[in-house]
Amino acid sequence: MIDDPCDKCEEMMQPYLDGALSEDEVREAERHLEGCSWCQKRYKFEERLRHYVRVAVSEQMRPELKAKLAALRTPLQ
Amino acid sequence: MSESTPTTAESRRLAQDARARVRFEEEALELSDQVYRVARRMVNSREEAEDLVQQTYERAFRSWRQFTPGTNLRAWLLRILTNLNIDRGRRQQRTPQTTTLDGELGDYFLYNKLESTAPEQNPDEDRVLERLSQDSIVDALADVPHDFRDVIVLVDIGEFSYADAAQILDIPIGTVMSRLHRGRRILKKNLADSAVAP
Repeated sequence: MIDDPCDKCEEMMQPYLDGALSEDEVREAERHLEGCSWCQKRYKFEERLRHYVRVAVSEQMRPELKAKLAALRTPLQ
Repeated sequence: MSESTPTTAESRRLAQDARARVRFEEEALELSDQVYRVARRMVNSREEAEDLVQQTYERAFRSWRQFTPGTNLRAWLLRILTNLNIDRGRRQQRTPQTTTLDGELGDYFLYNKLESTAPEQNPDEDRVLERLSQDSIVDALADVPHDFRDVIVLVDIGEFSYADAAQILDIPIGTVMSRLHRGRRILKKNLADSAVAP
């Protein structure tokens, strides 16, 4: 259905980065990426974006909660 | 002496049980930072996340025998947390929306948009990323409808596999994949809308 190789590559980006493609599909994506800096750039961006989002939304737990959780432990007899 | 044997066996069993319980609790507590990180983005406020994590640990410690040693404890804890979150009635707050994104915006959309509005020609990926502030990312994720967001949070923030996410949310793996796909696109659409002006 998808004729443009860059459109196909775009469709494969998420499963590629998730490691969810078959070996054949990985080879197909990589073959295209080798010769296409346009797609390469977008794959790199996506990879960094995921890391960036993970870091940006990570919030440390407050020590108060940590202490409350530790207090839930069963007291040693 | 022979009378004391059953008592000894019984006390040995109790001691073993106590040790297993202590070990379980210690292991669960070691995961609390990771559990909180996921919880915090599944709900809208820090207070809600803290309540949810506390309830999760209360329930986990109560039902520790139901956990099968050697299986994924982090996923088990998140399963409890997700169920508690559903019990809190959050499903009624918002249901998955049919978005009109699919077919309109592909996965290159955010990059294309940011690049096309960049002040310089052919910027590198890091320069493009700098257009997204931390606050805008937090807001963009919070604005993704719950059912899509839960999957993004588990897979992209919690780094769970598709299979673990499916088990935690009690949905088929195919649904995890499709929600993830659409959820990420919604997230990118939100990010594009909130990008810092060049």
